[in-house]
Amino acid sequence: MLEERRVRANDREYNEKFQYASNCIMTSKYNIITFLPVNLFEQFQEVANTYFLFLLILQLIPQISSLSWFTTIVPLALVLTITAVKDATDDYFRHKSDNQVNNRQSQVLIRGLLQNEKWMNVRVGDIIKLENNQFVAADLLLLSSSEPHGLCYIETAELDGETNMKVRQSVSVTSELGDQNNLSSFNGEVVCEPPNNKLDRFCGTLYWRDKKYTLTNQNMLLRGCVLRNTEACYGLVIFAGPDTKLMQNSGRTKFKRTSIDRLMNTLVLWIFGFLVCMGVILAIGNAVWEREVGSLFQSYLPWDPPVDNFLFNAFLSFWSYVIILNTVVPISLYVSVEVIRLGHSYFINWDQHMFCSQCNTAAEARTTTLNEELGQVEYIFSDKTGTLTQNIMSFNKCSINGQTFGHFLFFLKKHYKRKFNSIKRLDFTPFNPLADLDFCFYDDTLLESVKVGDLHTQEFFRLLSLCHTVMSEEKSEGELVYKAQSPDEGALVTAARNFGFVFRSRTPGTISTTEMGRPATYTLLAILDFNNIRKRMSVIVRNAEGRIRLYCKGADTVLLERLHPCNQELTNITSDHLNEYAADGLRTLALAYRDLTEDEWEAWSESHRCADKATDCREDRLAAAYEQIEQDMMLLGATAIEDKLQEGVPETIAVLSLANIKIWVLTGDKQETAVNIGYSCKMLTDDMTEVFIISGHTVQSVRQELRSAYFTGNGLREGDGTGGRAKQLPCPPPPPPPPPPPPSNLMDNISGEFALIINGHSLAHALEADMETEFLSTACACKAVICCRVTPLQKAQVVELIKKHKKAVTLAIGDGANDVSMIKSAHIGVGISGQEGIQAVLASDYSFSQFRFLQRLLLVHGRWSYLRMCRFLCYFFYKNFAFTMVHFWFGFFCGFSAQTVYDQYFITLYNIVYTSLPVLAMGIFDQDVPDHRSLEYPKLYEPGQLNLLFNKKEFFICIAQGIYTSVVLFFVPYAVLSDASQSNGVPLADYQTFAVTTATALVIVVSVQIALDTGFWTVINHVCVWGSLGSYFTIMFALHSQSLFRIFPNQFHFVGSAQSTLLQPVVWLTIALATAICIVPVLAFRFLKLDLKPQLSDTLVRQKKRKPVGRSVGGAWRGTGSVSEGRLGARGGSRRSGYAFAHQEGFGELITSGKNMRLSSMALASFASRHSSGWIDTLCLQAHTECVLCFSGDILRNGEDVDCSKTHYELGFNGE
Amino acid sequence: MVKQEKEFVNRPDNTAFTQQRLPAWQPMLSAGIIIPGFVLIGLAFIGIGVALFVTSQSIQVLEVDYTGVEQSSPCFKCSDPDVKNCVCKMEFNIDSLFKGPVFFYYGLSNYFQNYRGYGVSKDPNQLSGDLDSFKVPSDSCAPYEYVGKTPIVPCGSVANSMFNDSFKLYQIVSGAKIQVTLDGKGIAWWTDYNVKYRNPSVTPLKNAFNGTVKPTFWSKPAYELDPTDPANNGFINQDFLVWMRRAALPNFRKLYRRITEGDYAKGLPAGNYSLEIAYNYPVLSFDGRKKVVLSNVSWMGGKNEFLGIAYLVIGSMCVVMSIVMLIVYAKFKFPEEE
Repeated sequence: MLEERRVRANDREYNEKFQYASNCIMTSKYNIITFLPVNLFEQFQEVANTYFLFLLILQLIPQISSLSWFTTIVPLALVLTITAVKDATDDYFRHKSDNQVNNRQSQVLIRGLLQNEKWMNVRVGDIIKLENNQFVAADLLLLSSSEPHGLCYIETAELDGETNMKVRQSVSVTSELGDQNNLSSFNGEVVCEPPNNKLDRFCGTLYWRDKKYTLTNQNMLLRGCVLRNTEACYGLVIFAGPDTKLMQNSGRTKFKRTSIDRLMNTLVLWIFGFLVCMGVILAIGNAVWEREVGSLFQSYLPWDPPVDNFLFNAFLSFWSYVIILNTVVPISLYVSVEVIRLGHSYFINWDQHMFCSQCNTAAEARTTTLNEELGQVEYIFSDKTGTLTQNIMSFNKCSINGQTFGHFLFFLKKHYKRKFNSIKRLDFTPFNPLADLDFCFYDDTLLESVKVGDLHTQEFFRLLSLCHTVMSEEKSEGELVYKAQSPDEGALVTAARNFGFVFRSRTPGTISTTEMGRPATYTLLAILDFNNIRKRMSVIVRNAEGRIRLYCKGADTVLLERLHPCNQELTNITSDHLNEYAADGLRTLALAYRDLTEDEWEAWSESHRCADKATDCREDRLAAAYEQIEQDMMLLGATAIEDKLQEGVPETIAVLSLANIKIWVLTGDKQETAVNIGYSCKMLTDDMTEVFIISGHTVQSVRQELRSAYFTGNGLREGDGTGGRAKQLPCPPPPPPPPPPPPSNLMDNISGEFALIINGHSLAHALEADMETEFLSTACACKAVICCRVTPLQKAQVVELIKKHKKAVTLAIGDGANDVSMIKSAHIGVGISGQEGIQAVLASDYSFSQFRFLQRLLLVHGRWSYLRMCRFLCYFFYKNFAFTMVHFWFGFFCGFSAQTVYDQYFITLYNIVYTSLPVLAMGIFDQDVPDHRSLEYPKLYEPGQLNLLFNKKEFFICIAQGIYTSVVLFFVPYAVLSDASQSNGVPLADYQTFAVTTATALVIVVSVQIALDTGFWTVINHVCVWGSLGSYFTIMFALHSQSLFRIFPNQFHFVGSAQSTLLQPVVWLTIALATAICIVPVLAFRFLKLDLKPQLSDTLVRQKKRKPVGRSVGGAWRGTGSVSEGRLGARGGSRRSGYAFAHQEGFGELITSGKNMRLSSMALASFASRHSSGWIDTLCLQAHTECVLCFSGDILRNGEDVDCSKTHYELGFNGE
Repeated sequence: MVKQEKEFVNRPDNTAFTQQRLPAWQPMLSAGIIIPGFVLIGLAFIGIGVALFVTSQSIQVLEVDYTGVEQSSPCFKCSDPDVKNCVCKMEFNIDSLFKGPVFFYYGLSNYFQNYRGYGVSKDPNQLSGDLDSFKVPSDSCAPYEYVGKTPIVPCGSVANSMFNDSFKLYQIVSGAKIQVTLDGKGIAWWTDYNVKYRNPSVTPLKNAFNGTVKPTFWSKPAYELDPTDPANNGFINQDFLVWMRRAALPNFRKLYRRITEGDYAKGLPAGNYSLEIAYNYPVLSFDGRKKVVLSNVSWMGGKNEFLGIAYLVIGSMCVVMSIVMLIVYAKFKFPEEE
């Protein structure tokens, strides 16, 4: 133990000695005073900014300065200001959110009194009181709570993303302290580990009254949790502010850069290298020239006295050239890139197609620096709960006694539009005032069946209302709130509630229900709780008549084996139904019961008690005892629960995988659930050759499983040569797509193949250094990868693994705080917004409220961003090389003296005014194919993943083109003007005419080039291109005007040049010639490329020209359209049981021990009956005919009552 | 409707701009445009090229190098920098009428008027007639800023190195020399003469130059550059202006005079001519050459063969390319385009 933390309760002086962090969190970076220096310091840590500052300083040295200082300071100041403003706004919002959190109120126990304190004033060692639904302010040791046994319930969604409730219990000695008077005198001392980020671990010791008590995570309430179902509790602050596990887990925000950014930085470095080379060449040239020519030329141009040496002259010339050639990487590059990204971010924010009207949330680009990387994603890591699914379970179908009920709506909606419209949602209210209004069911035959009193149906729902560990809360009459540990259970109990079997309350020994309007109380004899091995749970109850019955629900695989042989026929039918449900991706459960005689019960009860008391192998003994009684059961039926997917998830996944994006699901859920969702969102299909499941607990077994999976995969792959396009191993570079026309095997990509499912504990081994490559190669060979039961840290590790080994762009999408680490470590993090937790959104780079928006974000916005950014960069480098390299050529004719070719105002304005807007407009608005086409043809996404549009090769092509242009721009005017003269005989070879001619030719050439590069001419593009040309001429004429010269004779040397030059036909012929020489080869090259090697996007654009959208291209292309229809084919496959209860064992033990019961059973019973009678009264009043309610308490026993109940029942309900 | 708007306050605006649905024109490099376009451009360029070439051919240019490097040259004796006030004569003859108007240029080669340090070595304020700058010339003029403590006007390298050879042209008609009238008016840019360069508004001009010295290379002060025309002195002297408009390239020529008056306005008739050169300007130290160029112009200015040829070449290349593209297109066109 290196370090430890000591905290003494209610003793601020003692705790202050240790100088623990206070509960004030600070995520902001600056305050008003430090802003300017810190921000500037940070900004000048950017190499580019420092470089430009350096240039600025160089320009202030007169011997070197080949350009005025304002050519650099204007853009530099602009950049610094824009960035500073952006940083300031960001920080302002951080301040605001910090303040909001820091100023939350909490009740602190100070000298025996509860005082309201702001969160930031809470100290380590304070005792604070929390009330229901409050956020926990710091990491607390739970001392006592209003609930019995010092229990309290918390929701940890903010922390780990799990939405189920968790129980925390205080150490028994402190839970007895009770009220605040006792607590204020509590002076226990906690010794524990120093702050760390392990959410599920805490170890410490409480010393109080000379006794030691061990503390575990079970005693801790962590910051970020919400107190639920508990009136109030008291806690001792152990970790505060930055020391809390929440903050420790939030990690440093890494500054994300896109791969284009990194490439750009590399290229900029190369360009600097290039610039230095140019400088050296020219400096050597200068040295030679000064020695050979300049020294002789001194009669007209003596060397400056301080220079007086050709070598020193050359040295100065080097720096002068560095200044004038620096425009190859102008600072405006960085500004423009930011502006373009900002524009793209706004387009994302503005996109109506990514607006979710249910949650009234639009998509938000939270960082503006990653847009183009959205067009290069190869791996998506997705959370399951809340991301793929809505975390809403709905009771969807059921099979009762061989008859199936219910419709799978999702499915119907897609394929039987007409039929769908005819189906009405059932209205339960007239039948059952206790019904949950949110419950949806669409098959009225089931309701009829309940109403007519079908025995099996009623028993079916009775089972659902009894066999569970749900807790109920009834605030006021009929307002039942179920607290289920898993949403599945909640859905089942709610279904039973709506169909007339209302679970109302429970005590440790009883369950009170209202059955068809009549209250009933069952004695709860035992709960045979769920666990992962058993995959079933049972209750044994005694009904009012004294009959004992065991109700069991569980995974079909385990339950069907334990049926009485006489069920054979029913089992077969039910199995068929189960298969059907499973194929729809529903989670299935089989239900059964068994009648027990009193003797059987007594015997078993005895053995159970024995097992329960056993000290060794208690678990095993219990399991054996349970096994013993869960036999010879009678099948009742099966339920199918839909784990509601977010809208459009299967389609989105299909489209994304067509775009060659690999989707990995990383979930904290258990394997069965995850696999089930894998099937329902069509990541896994029954056509898959094999689904490998890696669930070993040891290194060896995991390795073994991985290897066998790998070899199976490989063997089969090599075996079937027919696949043709089956991917090769190793997978990272997906085989380059064949030229577009024959994409008939698009569909092959998503069908068949392999899937890998790996468990959290196996993953821990697989991620170890020696196995990670094996894991990676196996995982990459698989079509789908699902990791279940993974911790937040593992999620991040998986992402890092791919990042490290694949050099691929990764995207992580999630909604909960458990996804934060993954969101932060992926290249792009996407948060699902509009839900409760906002941790993920806060950590994310993009947020929207529906998973399906991901396809639009990537395939439309990402693709466009990438395309635009690449086109922008190509053009930008081109135009600056064309602009700058002219100086290089001129160097050879001006004694390497760093004489600029152009007017200095032209140099200042070229990048800011004359050529900035057209390329910005292209960078912001360009489109090659319309958005719907990108979604129809996911293959269009591929160039981004393969990084085809801007890479080193493209860069060299661009700068080669730029250099070529610069050669033309220099030598054509050189050749033409050197001997030319005006028609009045004045020669044209003077410097100013040459400068104006070259500059004009340059502006025209780059304008024509941008016109060629712009593929999408909106009004804005027209305005920018024509406007820039116009502004060039306007500004030039203004700068060369007489009036301006008269005011500043010292500044505007070019007076009259524009006019004099541009009136000459020879000048225009020169410009036309230069333009033609620059552009004609480009045009020819592009035309030939388009003809010989057309890209898919080119083909699509052409098609649009030729034929109306929709036709043509042949059926093969429509493959994508059939994605959703693909669902049909998947029917009827293997059965998958989706018995998906909570991660941990249920509350069973808590319930039977009665620990969590507050009201006495007496009070409960009276409560329940009061309400039930009221309900019946209402019913009777509504019915005008006299009704005899004849509900059977236990239909199976009192079979003869059935007909009676049926008739009267109907009377009672038809009377309204 | 209003209610719905309220409900979705966060809904982005549905405008063509925000939804990226702006109407747009998507140009395509289709064969139907490109191939005929190339043919048209090619033909146009060939046409222009032919016109330029023919025009250029009709322009007459006569160059006389008088540097005097070769011993046989009449100016050889003057090329020695120690010889002062040397005059030499170059003889040449014209075979056929040299059509007027004829322009008389002097040309320098290997002369770096475009050297950065040279170009900035002047004081624009001084040259625009600012008397304050007469007393304190700009630092940029160094080292031609002061002689001792007296300021130089006009200061700087450019002014200092002003070309100071002068020429007289004679036609030799049966042994007699008839002087060809050379017109030195309006040879500078209009803006230079009227806007950029100003004499200080002091009369007589000479007084403005009190307390200053002439550039060290100059034999006469600025206000006495043209003894024949008092208005052609100071900073608006035409020869000075021509010199101050520095050349872009190391080989250049500058307009010296026009032959637009008198008997020779129509051109120089065939015959023998004698060029009398007052040889002052040393260039041999840096391997420079000096020459005199006589040339006439067309609508498109002076003789310029490069332009015509370049147009012809580019034009033909366009035509050739269009044929290549046609072949490629015919072989590899899109199947969809059928």
